[in-house]
Amino acid sequence: MDAFEYASPSTVKEAIALLGSDWEDASVFGGGTDLISLLKDDVEETKRLVNIKRIGALHAIQNDHGSLRIGAAVTIEQLMSASDVRRDFPSIPDAAEGIRSPQLHNMSTVGGWICQRPRCWYYRNGFGLLALDASGKSLVEQGDNRYHAIFGNSGPAKFISPSSLGPVLLALDGRIHIEGPNGPRDIAAREFFVTPQKQGDRELALAPNEIVTGVSIPAASRGMRNGWYEVRPKEGLDWPLTSAAVALKMNGATVESARIAMGHVAPTPWPADDAAKWLEGKTINEDTAAKAGDAAVQGATPLSRNAYKVQLARVAVKRALLAAVGQLATAASA
Amino acid sequence: MADYHWPPADHRALIGKRIKRIDGPQKSSGQAKYSYDINRPGMLWGKMATCPYAHAKITKIDTSAAEAMPGVKGVVTIVPEGQEVFWAGQEIVAVAADTEERAEAGADAVKIEYQQLPYLVADTDPQQAGAQYTKQLENKVAGNPDQAFQQADVVSEGDYGVPVITHCCHETHGQVTEWDGDDLHVWPSTQAVSDMAGEYVEGLGQMGIKIAANNVHVDTQYMGGGFGSKFAADTWGIACAQLSKKTGRPVKMMLERDQELMVAGCRPSMHAHVKVAAKRDGTLVAWDSDTWGTQGPQAEGSPTLPYVLEVPNVRAKYTAVLTNIGPARAWRAPNHPQMALISNGAMEDLAAKLNMDPVDFYLKNIDLAGSHAKIYRDEFAKASELMDWKSKWHPRGQGSSGVLKRGVGLSIHTWGGRGNMSNCQVVIHPDGSVETNIGSQDLGTGTRTVINIVTAETLGLPLSGVKVNLGDNKYPPAGASGGSTTVSGVSTSTRMAATSALNELLAKVAPSFGTTPDKLEAWDGKIQVIGDSSKSIPWKQACAKLGTASVTGTGRTNNALMSSGVGGVQMSEVEVDTETGIVRMIKHVAVQDCGLVIDVKTAESQVFGACIMGVCYAIYEEKIMDQPTGRCLNANMEFYKLASIADIGEIVVHMMQGPGYDERGTIGLGEPPVISPGAAISNAVANAIGVRVPELPLTPDRVLTALGKVGKEGGMV
Repeated sequence: MDAFEYASPSTVKEAIALLGSDWEDASVFGGGTDLISLLKDDVEETKRLVNIKRIGALHAIQNDHGSLRIGAAVTIEQLMSASDVRRDFPSIPDAAEGIRSPQLHNMSTVGGWICQRPRCWYYRNGFGLLALDASGKSLVEQGDNRYHAIFGNSGPAKFISPSSLGPVLLALDGRIHIEGPNGPRDIAAREFFVTPQKQGDRELALAPNEIVTGVSIPAASRGMRNGWYEVRPKEGLDWPLTSAAVALKMNGATVESARIAMGHVAPTPWPADDAAKWLEGKTINEDTAAKAGDAAVQGATPLSRNAYKVQLARVAVKRALLAAVGQLATAASA
Repeated sequence: MADYHWPPADHRALIGKRIKRIDGPQKSSGQAKYSYDINRPGMLWGKMATCPYAHAKITKIDTSAAEAMPGVKGVVTIVPEGQEVFWAGQEIVAVAADTEERAEAGADAVKIEYQQLPYLVADTDPQQAGAQYTKQLENKVAGNPDQAFQQADVVSEGDYGVPVITHCCHETHGQVTEWDGDDLHVWPSTQAVSDMAGEYVEGLGQMGIKIAANNVHVDTQYMGGGFGSKFAADTWGIACAQLSKKTGRPVKMMLERDQELMVAGCRPSMHAHVKVAAKRDGTLVAWDSDTWGTQGPQAEGSPTLPYVLEVPNVRAKYTAVLTNIGPARAWRAPNHPQMALISNGAMEDLAAKLNMDPVDFYLKNIDLAGSHAKIYRDEFAKASELMDWKSKWHPRGQGSSGVLKRGVGLSIHTWGGRGNMSNCQVVIHPDGSVETNIGSQDLGTGTRTVINIVTAETLGLPLSGVKVNLGDNKYPPAGASGGSTTVSGVSTSTRMAATSALNELLAKVAPSFGTTPDKLEAWDGKIQVIGDSSKSIPWKQACAKLGTASVTGTGRTNNALMSSGVGGVQMSEVEVDTETGIVRMIKHVAVQDCGLVIDVKTAESQVFGACIMGVCYAIYEEKIMDQPTGRCLNANMEFYKLASIADIGEIVVHMMQGPGYDERGTIGLGEPPVISPGAAISNAVANAIGVRVPELPLTPDRVLTALGKVGKEGGMV
């Protein structure tokens, strides 16, 4: 880790002014739970750390005419204790519970939860985000890819998006709020996560001189049944192998419309639109949930060592659906 | 004269009781100082530049930029130009600077050029590895296996394996070194305090620095785990002392966590294809195993298969695969956990094929365990009771019909554990205070507490009446803590020394009782006529009769007070999610003997710790080496997975004690209980899901594959 400048602005505008035109010029510093290890391990470099935790405007959780707005500097712990969030969007605290660490809950921010870098072990060992060897071939493809992508991996990117909030936001039709030198903008969560196509590309639709100021969930998503399930080997701190978030608009016991997004299976959260469409007009039970799981993993393209993740993605979708209608406990012990 | 033999059960105040470790408060409050905590005036930090390649020749080393870095005070080359390095992470150059960050920047600034050479890091079988990377170390035949297999009623055949794992010491390897004229002070994290001076004499000698052993001062009061990986000074110890010499300042150099996982020791992998045969009634008749695994770049020794049970007709082959993964080091019960998985896994599969309860199968064959057969019988009975085995066991795969399936499995093990050489000195001062001095070490196992108990018991004192001094080579020499030899050894030398000191005291006070020393005993804070507390004088008053001279007793490890050879039976209960392949621990029972138990609580703690370590390697742990890059991909605590407290389930420990055990004297304990968890848990999973998952750790990919739920094209079968 090289020496860097530390700045702690009190407004978003000041913060943006402190950012640069290249990623190496400056890094936005939220909880630091990922950034500090990236710097210490020499995976990333920065000339300046811009702390955003002193910016009051980024700490709010607000109900704006029915839509939920969460500031980027809100900690995961604050998000978990917000009763409004837990009541209407239980998949958010459920996903947060999957992070099995009080320390991470207390330090990590919502902005960091979506902007954290991939955990790909080639990337983290200094072989670059795309992990290409000298001849341009993928190390992931040749090497140990047990934790890598089973969807969206036809290009050079084989890593998985590490965020569990990502799929939840896709299922809830969430938006990401961003501010840069030209002012604020917002973008559908579904468009925010992108798959790099060539070296130098990033995995988020964000410019080096922009800041994520928060996320929002539209009023229309209130009242939808939420479900979250992650297949995590350990009860203690561990990464999910696969995960799924669902949101169901119900008409009585029947699904009127559905959104399903899988996590930890692709370089981005991965929508399962066909499976969601198939559920319309159906009731959720063990059988329909399993069939939706089957539909969700159609077209999976596992690598040499991660075909098992296809089964785990299928199960995650099934169990998230059952969780959304309160039937998970019975299913698991059946 | 007081008798040095262990006191009978009805005449023990402390031995065999449940006593908290005496240094618990220091450890839990942070007062205990580990090597990492040692800070000396003017101390520098050391960091190392390491090789990123699995096999390479160093063609050029340029340290000039590093030496010019701010704060850098000294640079030492460990491996010179022209030499080969044999694993990624090998240490090449050490740099000392005034802050940790500057030392790291200095190490980064060292320019090293390499010529890359061919390597193998994958844990592949000998055929794939090729002749240049293999070395057959055993091919033995006993009895007539071919005929026995032919005549057997039932033959079971299977594959079993354990990958390379590491030691994962909480405190990484390293030390602080400081020169004072010709004297070298070292604060190492070590398992071998009394041996360490010799290590530095030899290591520094090779670097052209002459030092006499009596000028090397070693101090290790507390250390954060070794598990067999901390016997040597290591390259970083010698380099640290060189940096201290060069800079004239103390230097602290501890390994980074990634280095710790890469270079500070591997447990060899072991994989086997096994055939095992029995008669219809379960009587074992033949064993055939083709075993291979990697011990790193070098290989020696072979596993002993089958394990514990001496099957009459045996063919056993072992081939080592030489790899560039870093050197193997003894890992808590070297080879035994691997042998237990292979042997007890194959036995359990055979029992399943015979449709026998494995407890019945083992009891049927337990005489093949030789002289320990009776101990195993007792332990099977106790373990079955604590696990409620009879009500939990079901024929393989025939448990509940749901997604979550429970199963139970078992394993047995053995270990030697004869106490090692140790010398002890017990001093009784005229004011009644007592000190015990011994050049042993407490790895966190409770050695300090055990020495305190034995001294206090022998002198009839409370624990607080004795001060234990260890972890320093100025005290009488004691052997390294390896092979579960320490507590047994130091208990006997302490007993001998304390008895000897007591006899000197009794000789002084006997006249005031108007009797001879052999009629006196130390009991309950007094010197008294044996069995008659009415004729007594308090300890302090008795010691006052020493006048101004303290009395000193010395003692050595004594075979009359100890023996070797333990058994041990463990049973596991697991729950497997058959849709995800996730294995959860429900309950683990460990029944263990170790002869005379000095402190039940610290003994149980050893077994608990071993079981937790066992859960880790059974379900989570694996050092993942990558052939394309030659590197360890998970040299961190994120993807090198260990169980958390929420993952270990209920652990029940029972120490065998009393008649039949106590009279064996002390025997080592640290290693045996870590041997069985892998096999017991693997067997429980097989019992739950109906099929064997051949390889540890029992991760979702392996479990789902065994269940046939992973398709080649990713679909569900």
